[in-house]
Amino acid sequence: MKTIRMKIITVAAVVAVVYAGWMAMSSSANAGSLKIGMITTLSGGGASLGIDIRDGFELALKQKGGKLGGATTELQIVDDARKVENAKQIATRMIKKDNVDVITGIVWSNLAMAVVPSVTKADKIYISPNAGPSALAGKGCNKNYFNVAWQNDNLHEAMGQYVSDEGYKNVYIMAPNYPAGKDALSGFKRYYKGTVAGEVYTKLGQTDYAAEIANLRAAAPDAVFFFLPGGMGINFMKQYSQAGLTTDIPLYGPAFSFDEGILKAVGDAAIGMFNTSQYSHDLDNVANIAFVAAFKEAYGRKPSLYASQGYDAALLIDSAVTSVGGNVSDGDAFRAALKAADFDSVRGAFKFGSNQHPVQDIYVREVVKDGDGVTNKLVGKVFTNHSDAYASECAM
Amino acid sequence: MTQRRLMVHGIGLGILMFLPLLAAAAGEPFLTNIASRVLVYALAAVSLDLIMGYGGMVSFGHGAFFGLGAYVVGILAHHSFNGTVIGFLPGEWQGTASALVQWPLAILVTGLFAVIIGALSLRTTGVYFIMITLAFAQMLYFFMTSLPTYGGDDGLNLWERSQVPAVDMYDDNQFYYVTLALLLAFLYLAHRVVNSQFGMVLKGCKQNETRLQALGVPTYRYKLVAFAISGAGAGLAGALAANHTEFVGPGLMHWTRSGEIMIMVILGGMGTLYGSVLGAFTLLMMEEVLSSYTEHWMLILGPFLVIVVLYARGGIYGWLVGDEMDEEPAERADGRTGGGADDG
Amino acid sequence: MPLALFLEQTLNGLQQGVMLFLMAAGLTLIFGIMHLINLAHGSLYMVGAYVAATVTSLTGNFLLGVLAALGAAGATGMLVELLALRRLYGRDHLDQVLATFGIILTFNEITKILWGPQALFLSTPEVLSSTVEVIPGVPYPAYRLFVIIVGLAVCFFLRHLIINTRLGMLIRAGATHREMVNALGVNIDRLFTIVFGIGAMLAGLAGAMAGPMLAIEVGMGENILILTFVVIIIGGIGSIRGALIGAILVGMVDTYGRAFLPLIMRSFMEPSAADTVGASVSSVAIYVLMAVVLIWRPRGLFQAYGG
Repeated sequence: MKTIRMKIITVAAVVAVVYAGWMAMSSSANAGSLKIGMITTLSGGGASLGIDIRDGFELALKQKGGKLGGATTELQIVDDARKVENAKQIATRMIKKDNVDVITGIVWSNLAMAVVPSVTKADKIYISPNAGPSALAGKGCNKNYFNVAWQNDNLHEAMGQYVSDEGYKNVYIMAPNYPAGKDALSGFKRYYKGTVAGEVYTKLGQTDYAAEIANLRAAAPDAVFFFLPGGMGINFMKQYSQAGLTTDIPLYGPAFSFDEGILKAVGDAAIGMFNTSQYSHDLDNVANIAFVAAFKEAYGRKPSLYASQGYDAALLIDSAVTSVGGNVSDGDAFRAALKAADFDSVRGAFKFGSNQHPVQDIYVREVVKDGDGVTNKLVGKVFTNHSDAYASECAM
Repeated sequence: MTQRRLMVHGIGLGILMFLPLLAAAAGEPFLTNIASRVLVYALAAVSLDLIMGYGGMVSFGHGAFFGLGAYVVGILAHHSFNGTVIGFLPGEWQGTASALVQWPLAILVTGLFAVIIGALSLRTTGVYFIMITLAFAQMLYFFMTSLPTYGGDDGLNLWERSQVPAVDMYDDNQFYYVTLALLLAFLYLAHRVVNSQFGMVLKGCKQNETRLQALGVPTYRYKLVAFAISGAGAGLAGALAANHTEFVGPGLMHWTRSGEIMIMVILGGMGTLYGSVLGAFTLLMMEEVLSSYTEHWMLILGPFLVIVVLYARGGIYGWLVGDEMDEEPAERADGRTGGGADDG
Repeated sequence: MPLALFLEQTLNGLQQGVMLFLMAAGLTLIFGIMHLINLAHGSLYMVGAYVAATVTSLTGNFLLGVLAALGAAGATGMLVELLALRRLYGRDHLDQVLATFGIILTFNEITKILWGPQALFLSTPEVLSSTVEVIPGVPYPAYRLFVIIVGLAVCFFLRHLIINTRLGMLIRAGATHREMVNALGVNIDRLFTIVFGIGAMLAGLAGAMAGPMLAIEVGMGENILILTFVVIIIGGIGSIRGALIGAILVGMVDTYGRAFLPLIMRSFMEPSAADTVGASVSSVAIYVLMAVVLIWRPRGLFQAYGG
């Protein structure tokens, strides 16, 4: 009977630990405080994006002394491991159990598509620091949903414009075979005026691009536009450079394939490529100079666009909470304050359009080598006060 | 059934029956929501245990059926919500939100797929079987990923949950009891199956299929039927999962999902049916609790799995019910079973 | 279609196949001899890539990086074998799957803690960074040619090792008549550890070789792991020859599929649909190949050891 008692004790202990952990997940809220839930990807593939967003957000929170808009801020960060069900479960918990005021943090469009509608339906505010799927910008727009990064097509559209401006007439375009990839290419084509030398969809998560590169060379285009986020982009750029094509056929893409982390991994192979972004660490404005210095100081690396978006998300909340005097329970007033976007974005001019997506400038950056290694350098502006193609479909 | 086992089952059933009340009493009604998710995965795990624990068919593609069941609900609800016609079906059907149509259809479709996949896969054994089921799951995964009509990689939102007569599926407690009822029903079915003559043949297949064949038993057919039942069970679980998350996506079919379901079965104790429920509970709660403690939670989960395999061979269920495991040979995770056939 | 392009794609397929072979050879040996399903084989590949990148960036010498990767992957493999996997040899495949899955999670997290979440950099060695016109009019990356040559060299070395050496004899004997070998006084435990070390070193080599071409990131092992399993299943478990044929077959089918399917589809579909459908079909091509092979020959193309 001794073993049975042992087992009962063990089970009881495990249950107690789980319950304690469960309780620890939500500390009690004190009146007048602000509760923010951050659901982001911190483990597995793509974790570096979530970590950047979190670091940017936390930096702003720290700078404000732990109080956004003067209200004691409780930030709850949970890893979604890039799984939709996890994200959804965490969101449900934050809404029903922890009763947070604002949710933010999601990196990926498919996770956002699954989570955002249930957040807005529960009348909580969602602020997207990344991921702006078209469905949430057009018909599916919502008064509780704000996107502080971009609508997904923005950067692709800008590249379409830029490539046309540069006089290219025969461009080869590539993206992974999934909806965001197709949106990227249609966004590019919306502003690109020449002919398409070839349109290729690759496997999601593909590692080897030799076959595509050979076909590409055979098609002999003037330039290549590619949208291959994360590791796929690293693979492609390395192999493209090995094939000796970088100097013959220039590469263009959105900033997603050129963030500071990726450039470090691709190295010299990326030099001379161009990308579009709404942010760059060398943007010359007061807010950004201070941000870049503080970020480097805190984390020992240059901020990526993701970090800037996390930082801006925190600043946006800060400005709105200040404006309503810490009283976020009045939904209409809080939303109006958010919509005013009365903060100094590190990207410079920033305001919300009618669908609460950014109206902002989009820049072109060239990959160069400076004292610290390979990095992005601003070379021009493509769009000024650019909105998105879906705003007109939004009924707000 | 020994007294010990009876006690464990009684306590387990008691907790499951009264969980919403306990949660409410503890001031944590949200626990019910999480428990519903556990039950959904438990259903998938039990269905896998049926073929894996009893029939020795290690399916590494169970996520495919789970995802397929979810997609049946998702697609029907999508068309019903938008009032559009289902293009790939003949006629003018605009889908439905009724659970009475959605769920049986999910079971039927996944059962059918299981028959097709099973018929092809069951020609192989051992590790070849593991890999061919994985291959079929990967095919479905990539197919759904690139199918733009139903969201592709982005998946589909379920704008309204299935409508069950007289039940409000948006109420956590009612959702919980619907899920629990279905889980118990499937457990009962599985229990009947493994203890029937059919089940004897199934267990025989795991131990020595050649001998059964020599006795003139058409083992292929038996295994195929079991595989179909199992696939249908996973499909039902998928249908419930779609309702619980209000979302369906190809992630449900990814090989890591199949792996997780497999882990639940082994963790709980293979070939015990009830163990799978414990396994689902343990894995999901570990994820839930650990991931909120630290972002490096995999560093705890990984070694935990290794240690469970090395030192707790009967799984949690075996550990709880104690030493009476020898009574039923099928409940023993026998290292040598199938080994001869697999490795040649 | 121009012949040069076809030949170039064939080279690409061969190169991809050779990389897969390096992984598959180790995995199939471990499976054939110890009857162990080792999902963590991909983790050793990752260790190889990370160590190669680190050592190369410290010393500036790719060769040193590759050697360090071989050592590190081999040592890690043998350590894991001694600590955990050794206890799993006689066990059910399922136990092995679960335990090695746990090891994957552990390795991924340790790698993330040691090297950070961002991808690592490893450049192409200077000598190999140019292109060579092996096919007239087609500048082919020298590094890829190098990979093909190394892969084929390893293949011949393994063949020699298994056919002509005492160790090879023990490996062959251990796979078919384990008890007998043991009874004859051979230390079978040590043999297993050595075989595991060889497999791990091959995986480390593959990882190091992949470094200049691929993103060195956490989870890179899982991508190639599944492909590797497809290869050894097609080839027949335990057979080095099967692993080679399977690897080349998978490399070719995958490359040809990606390169030519959309073009073929275009001949009877409108271009935009053809691109999408072609891409979708080619992404499942190797799984279809595997299913077809297994339905035709349920134990793979080459059965190494009895049946």
